[in-house]
Amino acid sequence: MRRPVAVRVVGPLQWIVYPALLVLAATVVLGTPLQLFGLHLPEPVIPMILAFAWPLIRPSMLAPAVLFLIGLFLDLFWNTPLGLWALCLMGVYGTVLLSRNLLAGHEGLIRFGAYAACTLGAFFLAYLVVTMRAANAPAILPLVGQVVPTLLLFPIANWMLERFDDGDIRFR
Amino acid sequence: MAFRDGPFENIKVPLAWTAAVVVVVAVIGAVVLLLGDRTTSEGGSTMGAARGGFEAAAGPVGGVFAAPVRWAGAARDYVGGYFFAIGENRRLKAEIAELRGWRDEAIAQKNINGRYEAMLGLRTEPPVPMATGRAISESRGPFSNAKLIDVGSAKGVRIGNPVVTEHGLVGRVTGVTGGVSRVVLLTDVASRTPVMIERTDARAMLTGDGGDSPRLEFIRGSGSIKAGDRILSSGDGGGLPRGLPVGVAAKGVDGAWRVKLFSDHGAIDYVRVLLFQSFGQLVSPNALNAPPLAGLSTAPEPSAAEVGAIRDAAARRAAAQQAQAERARAAAATPAPTPAPAAAPTAARPAVTSPRPAASTPSPAPVAPSPAPAPAPGGAA
Repeated sequence: MRRPVAVRVVGPLQWIVYPALLVLAATVVLGTPLQLFGLHLPEPVIPMILAFAWPLIRPSMLAPAVLFLIGLFLDLFWNTPLGLWALCLMGVYGTVLLSRNLLAGHEGLIRFGAYAACTLGAFFLAYLVVTMRAANAPAILPLVGQVVPTLLLFPIANWMLERFDDGDIRFR
Repeated sequence: MAFRDGPFENIKVPLAWTAAVVVVVAVIGAVVLLLGDRTTSEGGSTMGAARGGFEAAAGPVGGVFAAPVRWAGAARDYVGGYFFAIGENRRLKAEIAELRGWRDEAIAQKNINGRYEAMLGLRTEPPVPMATGRAISESRGPFSNAKLIDVGSAKGVRIGNPVVTEHGLVGRVTGVTGGVSRVVLLTDVASRTPVMIERTDARAMLTGDGGDSPRLEFIRGSGSIKAGDRILSSGDGGGLPRGLPVGVAAKGVDGAWRVKLFSDHGAIDYVRVLLFQSFGQLVSPNALNAPPLAGLSTAPEPSAAEVGAIRDAAARRAAAQQAQAERARAAAATPAPTPAPAAAPTAARPAVTSPRPAASTPSPAPVAPSPAPAPAPGGAA
């Protein structure tokens, strides 16, 4: 007689809620006013991982709603104009969602290229909005100082895709 | 009839479409929020309630993460104090020796300045009360440079209050809740601070751009600035007190004048909020519009002792005038012999002049000084 196999279901709790909470916690931790040898902690836009990975893992109604709330959290926590990061993250999510068929199945450099393009696009949008609102263009050096750490987070996004893409056997 | 029995029974909307609908709605919501979030005239936000509620909750959370960092820093300083005690002692001795000269000069200058102020009747700025707080969270990106500090309206902090460290000006308060305040730093892309160059007294506008050294714009006068000039707050506009140290002028790689901030010399951990209000807020319009000598007509009633002194002085003056008139009359009636005039004035002079100082000087004394302090509280309050 064949023994019953435990079916592990990867629900929204696993691929949406827990990562979202982890991202928020990491953002708060990196907001600590710590200065070592004159250097501050890096301040990457960590939710960019979710905005890139979630639409590739699986289209969902819950994911963009949670991403929108995360964007509002960033705006309130970082004192940026309310709606700025919500708009940029939704822009990334929408773009990846539209190009999902194009990106599906690609790995490695092409996937990183897509992540980098999405990140640069989001920062360009944020740069435009802030420049128009403040009538003053932010300096490029601090911009690079935030873009580079965000790009360095790609391995986490890649790991999420490997871990959760098609992870729910009900969708096989 | 149930939905599944209807004509839409076999219609299955693709997940991607529903997700796209949520994305579109969220984008519209974000744009509406962006358009609705405006800066108020005091420097706050039209979304101040939402931001305040969030910061009131985020403050304690940030404090939890900031506490271990602070403890670790204190432990490092404690241990480092032992290892570097000798070198630190030498450095401090040299610094004390240098500062003694400055202290003596400061005392002398303060004395001279006080005398000048008294001579000119200057109304100096009143001392500004302060509230000390600690940074519990910060944002450092290109789009925002701000800090959360753990003092709020419960300690009298208000939107617009300047924030300083022991090194110099840091920024201004833009949001306040009961126990937490949001400070926008001088380096923020939306920050504009009126400053002056100490050497030439020329005015400029310090404009943040997210970098460590904000730009100097609209510098008044040609050749009014050179590298190394100290930059102070000018106090123009009434938002900041005049003379707060800001930084040192330096030429940037882009050719623009920039300011190396004094507040960059150390970690911005403990800060002081100046509970400063502009003089436009401190003085009532009626007090400002009052005529300059209004105090003379609003002198307080003299006390009984002052009334007695005034009457006594007036009586002495009247008696002296009467005695002088009688002597003059007698001198006119009987022409005196030649040696007599020499003796007469000498005898008469003490009689006339000796009471005069006593009679003339006290008389204005109780009256004139008493109105003088009267406008001072009204003007300074």
